[in-house]
Amino acid sequence: MSSDMIAARPAPDQRHGIVGWLRANLFSGPINSIVTVVVLALLVRLLWPVLDWALIDADWVGSTRQACTGDGACWVFISVRLNQIVYGFYPEAMRWRVDIVFALFALLAIPRLPFKRIVGVFALIGFPVIAWVLLLGGVFGLTPVPTRQWGGLMLTLTIAAVGIVGSLPIGVLLALGRRSKMPLVKGASVVFIEFWRGVPLITVLFMASVMLPLFAPAGTEFDKLLRALIGIMLFWSAYMAEVVRSGLQAIPTGQGEAGAALGLSYWQRMGLIILPQALKLVIPGIVNTFIALFKDTSLVLIIGLFDLLAVIQSGLTDSAWLGFAIEGYVFAALVYWVFCFSMSRYSQYIERRLHTGH
Amino acid sequence: MLRPSSSIPRRGRGPLWRDPAVRALATQVILLIALVAVIGLLIHNTLVNLEARGINTGFGFLDGRAGFPISQTLIQYTSDSTYGRTFAVGLLNTLLVSVLGIVAATLIGFLVGIARLSPNWLLARLAACYVELFRNIPLLLQILFWYFAVLRSLPSPRQSISMFDAFFFNVRGMVMPAPETQPAFVAVWVALLVAIVATVGLVIYGRRRQAATGRALPVGWIGTMLIIGLPIVAYFVTGRPLNWSVPELGGFNFRGGMHVLPELLALWLALSIYTAAFIAEIVRSGIQSVPGGQTEAARSLSLPGGLTLRRIVLPQAMRVIIPQITSQYLNLTKNSSLATAIGYPDLVAVFAGTTLNQTGQAIEIIAMTMAVYLIISLVISLLMNIYNARVALRER
Repeated sequence: MSSDMIAARPAPDQRHGIVGWLRANLFSGPINSIVTVVVLALLVRLLWPVLDWALIDADWVGSTRQACTGDGACWVFISVRLNQIVYGFYPEAMRWRVDIVFALFALLAIPRLPFKRIVGVFALIGFPVIAWVLLLGGVFGLTPVPTRQWGGLMLTLTIAAVGIVGSLPIGVLLALGRRSKMPLVKGASVVFIEFWRGVPLITVLFMASVMLPLFAPAGTEFDKLLRALIGIMLFWSAYMAEVVRSGLQAIPTGQGEAGAALGLSYWQRMGLIILPQALKLVIPGIVNTFIALFKDTSLVLIIGLFDLLAVIQSGLTDSAWLGFAIEGYVFAALVYWVFCFSMSRYSQYIERRLHTGH
Repeated sequence: MLRPSSSIPRRGRGPLWRDPAVRALATQVILLIALVAVIGLLIHNTLVNLEARGINTGFGFLDGRAGFPISQTLIQYTSDSTYGRTFAVGLLNTLLVSVLGIVAATLIGFLVGIARLSPNWLLARLAACYVELFRNIPLLLQILFWYFAVLRSLPSPRQSISMFDAFFFNVRGMVMPAPETQPAFVAVWVALLVAIVATVGLVIYGRRRQAATGRALPVGWIGTMLIIGLPIVAYFVTGRPLNWSVPELGGFNFRGGMHVLPELLALWLALSIYTAAFIAEIVRSGIQSVPGGQTEAARSLSLPGGLTLRRIVLPQAMRVIIPQITSQYLNLTKNSSLATAIGYPDLVAVFAGTTLNQTGQAIEIIAMTMAVYLIISLVISLLMNIYNARVALRER
């Protein structure tokens, strides 16, 4: 039997807690430690001035240019024209109509609403009709508001929504057409898809604004916004078609054959068996296309529509407010970023919810 | 009831409209008639409209005098040149910014993509932030930001921001030293060509030798030395036939050196930063798509780390990466048409913009512009299909 005390052993190495985490993730070796220090130093040097400019040194309240006194950003530039940024040139007395559409839109975007079927039908048919009537007016005693007065965030969202709602069904039809065994249907779909995918959106918009009036019967007036919407829908439906096609290709042939053996017609097989599975598979691709479409709505600035970016761009040339370009662009970037980022997060959430595998 | 086969109609029996072949034919005939009708209507309307507006069709306008200057021309061009020349100048400017953008976007994209997989938590997060920040902001906004908020607010030429006393940034763009070659410089190009041919030969020989004897040649090292060394030797042997024209401030602007338009800089920066965010994601997913067992197998064969990366991981990752990256290159080329928003004289700006406004030949000009992008797209996707067929998994 030993009478001596057992010598103290070194403490177990720290693998848990903050120190353990730091050691595993930031200082696991000499190179890793150097990288950590360099990145940290860079972050402090770059991020601090940005924060200082955007938040600490910034001017927030006021209504004139005289309010901009600090060295930092002057957000007054944004706040004085916030109404214009949201509504464009929509008449002030009628802005409640836009508000209602915004509210309905936000309501429909809530995940897991009850009465799924009714809500779905309403979102696809009822909502666009209501939004169209409210925004355009001219019926039920609503004062008409021509589309040239639309602008700002409201126009951006309108273009994006119409583009999304329009391009998905056309895209699905094109994808089915491309997979068809009928040579003429297949050929027409391939030519259509490859044409739109091969040209830049800006030339499509140019084409829509200078060539669509030539295509229409003489004497018809084409609304500028409508022309842009047609171009955007056709353009993005081609991209959507390729995304949907990749989903269709991933469904085993047996699924369709089983449907045929049960005596289902082509459209029943597609609508009840193939498409529900295929579309679920390509949700990430569809949402990525939506995001790209949303970002590219900013291109309508080039053909002279007043979307969010164009309103801010025109605010920069306001002679009373020269020199606030960075504030303007940073604000616009923030708005676009919030929409795009939340769309991509929403798609990840839907993907997890619809995941029925193991 | 007991003989279900009798209830299934045989081919050729039953009503005609239930026969799949007849239905397919009918569908296609209807589609054909509809297509012909729509296209015919469009052509008819267009001809009527063109006549009503008194516009002549045809490509004769290409020989007309352009009458406007272009701020950046890679080939000889004056305002006396023809519209056909304008088309060529615009096309070359588009290709220039696309190539510059592709090179920069690939470099940044690969760096960020690899950084995202770094074991260093901070670096990986930083790379993820880069991707999430730049791919969620419209490209047009980024172009406008770099142009109006950054480059247009630089000081005047007299107060230029200088880097190493060779690069000067001011409101008129960037000025940098320009190489001025003498006739003897051709020797350097010849040396470079010889080095490349020799390296290709070496690679082929090295492969044969390895297949025959199992011993590898250090082809990489020898090739690099040849390609760098031979031109340098040629340069000194021919008596250094290259001068640098260094920009100098004289009066209100710089003399000498090469002037780079601020529009080109803004477009180049925005295109490369934006596309790099997408390339980074492609690189990350490509490398992650290689199963971990591949690396483990290579290690158990005692392949060193660098060789594992070059011979095992990268070739498999590239199979996933290359097709997607090519489509990003195509996107970049098409996105370069946003140049028109800041006035960089690319194809869309000078041809579908200025020329269209001056001549009114909407159909011909839009068709030519679209055809250029279509041809680029189709050629690249053709090359891509050939590549895909070559690297596709050979399954038995």
